[in-house]
Amino acid sequence: MRLRLVAKNTNWDFFGKTKMSLAVSAILLIVSLVSFLMQGLNFGIDFRGGTTIRTQSAQMVDVAAYRSALGQLNLGDVTISEVYDPSFQDDQNVAMIRIQAQDGEESVSADIIQNALAALQGEAPDIAFVSVESVGPKVSGELVQTAALAVILAIVAVLIYIWLRFEWQFALGAVAALVHDVLLTIGVFSVVQIKFDLAIIAALLTIVGYSLNDTVVVFDRVRENLRKYKKKVLQDVLNLSINETLSRTLMTSVTTLLALIALFVLGGDVIRGFVFAMIWGVLVGTYSSVFVASVMLLRLGVKRDWSKPNAEAGTQVPQ
Amino acid sequence: MLQIDLWKRIVIWGLCIIGLFLALPNAFYTRVEGYNDTKAGLISAESAQDSFAWPSFLPASLVNLGLDLRGGAHLLAEVQVEDVYAARMKALWPELRDVLRAERAKIGTIRLQKGAADQLRVKISQADQIAHAVSAVETLSKPVVSLSNAGARDLEVTSDGDTVIVTLSEAERALTDQRTLQQALEIIRRRVDEVGTREPTIQRQGARRVLIQVPGIGSASELKDLIGTTAQLTFQPVISRSGNPDVDPGYGNEVLPDLTDADQFYVLEAAPVVTGEDLVDAQPSFDQNGRPAVNFRFNPSGGRRFGDYTADNIGSPFAIVLDGEVISAPTIQSHISGGSGIITGNFSVEESTNLAVLLRAGALPAGLEFLEERTIGPELGADSIRAGKIACIVAFAAVLVFMVLSYGLFGLFANVALIVNVGLIFGLLSLVGATLTLPGIAGIVLTIGMAVDANVLIFERIREELVSAKGPARAIELGYEKALSAIIDANITTFITAVILFVMGSGPVRGFSITLGLGILTSVFTAIFVTRLLVVMWFERRRPRTLEV
Repeated sequence: MRLRLVAKNTNWDFFGKTKMSLAVSAILLIVSLVSFLMQGLNFGIDFRGGTTIRTQSAQMVDVAAYRSALGQLNLGDVTISEVYDPSFQDDQNVAMIRIQAQDGEESVSADIIQNALAALQGEAPDIAFVSVESVGPKVSGELVQTAALAVILAIVAVLIYIWLRFEWQFALGAVAALVHDVLLTIGVFSVVQIKFDLAIIAALLTIVGYSLNDTVVVFDRVRENLRKYKKKVLQDVLNLSINETLSRTLMTSVTTLLALIALFVLGGDVIRGFVFAMIWGVLVGTYSSVFVASVMLLRLGVKRDWSKPNAEAGTQVPQ
Repeated sequence: MLQIDLWKRIVIWGLCIIGLFLALPNAFYTRVEGYNDTKAGLISAESAQDSFAWPSFLPASLVNLGLDLRGGAHLLAEVQVEDVYAARMKALWPELRDVLRAERAKIGTIRLQKGAADQLRVKISQADQIAHAVSAVETLSKPVVSLSNAGARDLEVTSDGDTVIVTLSEAERALTDQRTLQQALEIIRRRVDEVGTREPTIQRQGARRVLIQVPGIGSASELKDLIGTTAQLTFQPVISRSGNPDVDPGYGNEVLPDLTDADQFYVLEAAPVVTGEDLVDAQPSFDQNGRPAVNFRFNPSGGRRFGDYTADNIGSPFAIVLDGEVISAPTIQSHISGGSGIITGNFSVEESTNLAVLLRAGALPAGLEFLEERTIGPELGADSIRAGKIACIVAFAAVLVFMVLSYGLFGLFANVALIVNVGLIFGLLSLVGATLTLPGIAGIVLTIGMAVDANVLIFERIREELVSAKGPARAIELGYEKALSAIIDANITTFITAVILFVMGSGPVRGFSITLGLGILTSVFTAIFVTRLLVVMWFERRRPRTLEV
């Protein structure tokens, strides 16, 4: 007996409730947008400059005490948060301290780090700085630009590729799904206020790749079925194609999710945000390849004649 | 039908075996690393342990671990090329003065004006002769040797009323930037090498930046102390001493503070007699009173200039200046001819040793501004590796089990391919000397999840073709054939994003894009060729009438 995620021959109607799926997407997009405008993103130092220090001590982290110890140093905005992870040992108490970029300095000076260490040792004598990362405002500004450019470039490159391999309607459908996924991912980062740093951009691009992977597989089948069933209504062809590829779509999503969840639970706190973005992306990407890309394709309509262009006299250039 | 030529089979198995062979050293990471270090001389042969033994016929290149996994320091520095423009102008002044003085009859008296550091402004008293002054100064300008700017000259001479303005031309600036960056890279490399750590990365980034990554060093500030010091050594004539930092030095001169005494300032001639560029050696030593000092030796031309100067100026003081601060200002006792000398000051032994290292490696042509610095403790890296390993194993096991549950025997074939796939990724990473970062591990885990995709596509297709009842052989063949275009399109689009990440990203993100990109290549290879070969080999033996996928 084989494990099957969906029944053998599904014949579900994916377009019966187009209005509802579009409404769901629209609501999620609006929530993302509102959250983005209201509270923005929790940018890491990569994007806004500053210093993060990861501390470790055998004693319990006392955020208030840490804050008052660092308060004497006049470092401006200081954020302190405790970090939990199942992989930590009992005597491993970790906190992340973020210090804003200091005026007139690109990267943090050794004195500030020394002073901070001395101040915190007053609270927890065995405290150690496991990592110190500092990014100057100059670089962080450029990183924001490069990151945004990378995401846009990736989307454009993909648009062109699909346009070349399929038709422009397919390209638009795929890109609509992509933009949908990227926006929703940025949105979820804004709603939950998880740290948004360079690695998240990598995750975004991976989501672009993954979502596309799914969409392309569906579209590939649509193209094939369009040639096969010349008389069928476009909606039925799309429905058939999605049903035929559904088993594969879910299989791949599940194996990818299995791997990602293992990484999320066991991979440590350093990359948890990154893995979270990808898990979210896989979920949204799977949804969007059916409910955004295909719906878009249905709305745009598609050229039905996939046979070789026949030489019509009127359009031929005389030799 | 289902046939694969013998030579194709050999090529496929050959590639797999080569890949796994290349990946092999990574399974014995510490051992091979110790072996490599011993060979490179980082660990002396006596202290090398038996546990570092590794057969020499096996490959010994490993996947480099990124800083986030190994611990170490990362710095991004911007080279202040403007420093060089200023220094060039400063050095040009004596020459320029001589040229204009020769024309004194026509242009009258000359006076150096205050202005931006990258230009010289000279006021002449006969304003109507400005054109003559400009053309006189232009004789100092030399042609620039560069391909893109044929015919360009190094100086740009303009005038503003009664003032001659000299700056470096665009072409010369570009050339200077280029040269300065190369020098800075070379000197940083030498300084880092003096410390003797394993595989430091010293790379140019963009037009003016240098990326420095040193694994195993305690902290970024340690590294910064080592490479951040310009170590610009000059010997300059002393005009007077003063307790007032705002004293007017007069044109062509400058006021510099004392290194140790905060209330002591010196008025010095700005153009140095000799600079650190003429040094060929510097060693820590002790002066006649037993205090730490640094011995140095000039090259012949520096030695000659130094000799001539000391011969002419016996009894007058000269200053030894390091990075804009006067270390000491002894009085010249006698003609120093041998081209060597000693720098004394209030050094500790450690300081004199450090100074000697810096002088020996040479001065940075310009100052560095640090834009980004990261220190990652080795224990954090070790934690990440441990967590990453466990996550990889669990992810791997989960996917293997799931595939067998879903596709039975064919799932097993896919699993063999998946194992080969991960082996190939490590083999390729070792082969190209790529760096594995924490996001890179995530990339591998993601590849484990996605690598089965191609197989899933094929198996699902075979299932569909079986429904049309064409018999197992034909179904398998059609399955592979028809799934191909979806596999290719899907993977090319993902590969495009991996390439963009690689080009635009830096550091850990780049590490991720490498594993993702290589993962796509190997997973397509294993899905299309390896599983197919497995399926065909199984089919040839069994010749099943029916097929269950």
